[in-house]
Amino acid sequence: MSNSQNNAFKNWWGKIRKSQSYNDVISLMIAIGAGLIIGFIILLVSNPSDAIGGFLTVLLGGFTGGAQGIGDIFYYATPILLTGLSVGFAFKTGLFNIGVVGQYMIAQYATIYVIFAWTWIPSGMQWMVGLLVAIIVGGLWGSIPGLFKAYFNVNEVITSIMFNYIGLYLVNIMIKSGPAFDLYKSETKPLPATSNIPKLGLNQIFSGSSVNGGIVIAIIAAIVIYIILNKTTFGYELKACGFNRHASKYAGINDKRNILLSMAIAGALAGLGGGLAILAGSGNKMATGEVLDPNGFKGIPVALLGLSNPIGIIFSALFISYIERGGYYMQMYEFVPEVIDIMVAMIIYLSAFSLMFKLMIERWNIKKRARLPEKTKQEVES
Amino acid sequence: MTYVIEMLNITKIFPGIIANDNITLQLKQGEIHALLGENGAGKSTLMSVLFGLYTPEEGVIKKNGQVVTIKNPNDANALGIGMVHQHFKLVENFTVLDNIILGAEPKKGLFINREEARKRIIELSEQYKLAIDPDVTVENISVGMQQRVEILKMLFRENEILIFDEPTAVLTPQEIDELMQIMRNLVKEGKSILFITHKLNEIMAVADTCTVLRKGKKVGTVKINETNKEELSRMMVGRVVEFTYDKKPVKPGNVIFEVDGLTVVSEESKKKLVDHASFSVREGEIVCIAGIEGNGQSELVYAISGLIKPQSGTIRLKGEDITHKSIRYRNDLGISHIPEDRHKHGLVLDYNLAYNLILKKYHTSQFHKWGFLKNADIYEYSDELIGLFDIRSGQGASTRVRSMSGGNQQKAIVARELSLDSPLLLAVQPTRGLDVGAIEYIHKVMLRERDKGRAILLVSLELDEVFAISDRILVIYEGKIVTELDPKTTTHEEIGLYMAGGHKEDHHEQ
Repeated sequence: MSNSQNNAFKNWWGKIRKSQSYNDVISLMIAIGAGLIIGFIILLVSNPSDAIGGFLTVLLGGFTGGAQGIGDIFYYATPILLTGLSVGFAFKTGLFNIGVVGQYMIAQYATIYVIFAWTWIPSGMQWMVGLLVAIIVGGLWGSIPGLFKAYFNVNEVITSIMFNYIGLYLVNIMIKSGPAFDLYKSETKPLPATSNIPKLGLNQIFSGSSVNGGIVIAIIAAIVIYIILNKTTFGYELKACGFNRHASKYAGINDKRNILLSMAIAGALAGLGGGLAILAGSGNKMATGEVLDPNGFKGIPVALLGLSNPIGIIFSALFISYIERGGYYMQMYEFVPEVIDIMVAMIIYLSAFSLMFKLMIERWNIKKRARLPEKTKQEVES
Repeated sequence: MTYVIEMLNITKIFPGIIANDNITLQLKQGEIHALLGENGAGKSTLMSVLFGLYTPEEGVIKKNGQVVTIKNPNDANALGIGMVHQHFKLVENFTVLDNIILGAEPKKGLFINREEARKRIIELSEQYKLAIDPDVTVENISVGMQQRVEILKMLFRENEILIFDEPTAVLTPQEIDELMQIMRNLVKEGKSILFITHKLNEIMAVADTCTVLRKGKKVGTVKINETNKEELSRMMVGRVVEFTYDKKPVKPGNVIFEVDGLTVVSEESKKKLVDHASFSVREGEIVCIAGIEGNGQSELVYAISGLIKPQSGTIRLKGEDITHKSIRYRNDLGISHIPEDRHKHGLVLDYNLAYNLILKKYHTSQFHKWGFLKNADIYEYSDELIGLFDIRSGQGASTRVRSMSGGNQQKAIVARELSLDSPLLLAVQPTRGLDVGAIEYIHKVMLRERDKGRAILLVSLELDEVFAISDRILVIYEGKIVTELDPKTTTHEEIGLYMAGGHKEDHHEQ
């Protein structure tokens, strides 16, 4: 490397070192590391002899399963990437969309419904129509709390929690009265293979896994949301409303419309997640019951770990999926399944502590700067 | 010479800024020592170091010649240092008595000995002439009394060194006079006071010594009886400050803005907050709405800018009825608005400076194409405004506005609003909470814009400001415009009488 190249690299690295995102990433890494250490201690306590083996399996994550395991990371990352995106997008616009589950499930049923009811759709088009309907229904379901928030100032957290249960029981009722009901099993009939999302050859690269084009769609969605939030006037308005509704109104931004749209988009993302999950493999179905789909709630830690940044959320969804696959393979050892859940939860939980680590890094940087001689101090500041 | 408190060579660094750079401050027993500086000069940081809220990177603190370490406010308390913060630290739904003893409760066995506490508090309040009622809850007492409660908190803890952080910012003129008297009483009883402020009149009135800071550095320490306002302001700002402006004669043009019979009714109490207000503003003049706070000024401005809907009346801009138009429509047609509350309405504090400077222009074709922000243009434009209006910040256009000083935040709003080139400027208390340098700057900018032919509607509570720059004065009282006065012929007393609800007839009879 020539000298000038070397300098260019130093400058580039220096810029990165000073940037906010560098501190963000480093503090996340420390947080994840701390989570892993505590996770290991939990394993040690619960089963000392298998702790090291089990811990290594978690670290290896999906890789334990070889090509199939890697494919499965993508497969399981797809729905939580979108529910994470839904929560993260709402966060960025100042709202807490805790209604992801409801939006996710109602969109899932809507997808099943159109596949069975609208038999006129040509078989290659079924998944596209299904996803479109999932997006629209999820968006509508999300916009109801948005409507209440914008026009009646009702806290969206309360309404969207209520709408989770309304959604759940509505889905139960609709399954029972809908065209796809299997009376004997109290669930929907399995989706036909013709309605599946194309595999895009991913099933050949990662043979044995259920991975499909859904992960590509999810990543594209994240990139689109990133562009909307950061590059467009629409995103500028949404974030301005999120930061300060009064100042936005003062500047002539239609704050009510933006809150409504924010929740609608968040709902649409959750809905897309539901659609992608249900159309992922042949034979998928929905059962009636009292359980909210965990993929909905997982969106919250995914968004936290990704610092609500759409690109960060791609990685955090993959990371959480990776760790959870590790937990799955850990069943080879003598661990109670709950221990695995606790450990995974520990890692996710501690990642929320990254803010604390960030403050520690900043303080350390200041101390270092204070020790510099006067002249360099000025340089650092300029 | 012995000092009760010495802060020697204090240096405190925050990310991107040296808040205190090698500052030395020495406080004598029984004096009022003022700490003067513009917003962001490092006064509050220095006092927070003394009170244990920050640990300095360098420097030592001595009490009576002994080096002490102050790691937290408890240490400060143990050394007899107390502080009245700019924003009071009181438990709103506790009584005055409970607030005063909180953290230092006299005990009888396991229980709080309220009787003893009451006795001591009453003694103290009589000794220092601090009128309070120990049994009312804090949420029900005036700001002035809340401040006396804060002072009593320090006295109850037998603090010897009292820090007052901009204590007059929240007080009415009478309450300020009372506070000055209280401070004199306190030093008479042997206390020593550090008084943070940027108001020169108060320093001249009450302080013995004054240390001036500028941009984190100490400019000097002077004795008040050997100095004057002009010298202090020069030390503080770094140049000569003008207190009066050479105003060109007013040359008003066409009527650009009219309000006719405007009435705003409160949603809760159904009271008329603005009551049939009618007036007009012409190009090239500054019309000032003067009045005591809470007489409908805010609502009048909100109705004009579109933030609230009037019940009746019309608002016309450039001859067009805008009474029922959207905020965006009004802004684009020609209203610039420097709002009363810069944090609530004026700025998106978590956006950077550049994004705040385009808050009212981002939707124009100058800054977007097909809905995509033209970031290069945005930053270029911001850099231009930053240079033009001398907005200072840590990282230029990329600085998060929350981290900027109040004066520079206000400059950012002024820059944004004036660059809209709208024919009408609504300026509501544009200099509230600013230091003399910034006030002078904003007044000059407003006069310059007036001379360029802009119509300016100024809402102000400060009579000095009203007299300094306005061409016509409208006095508002209980939502009604009660009179129009000419600043050249009227007096403070006459305006004051109207502001307090007195009538012209009464005035003549006197």
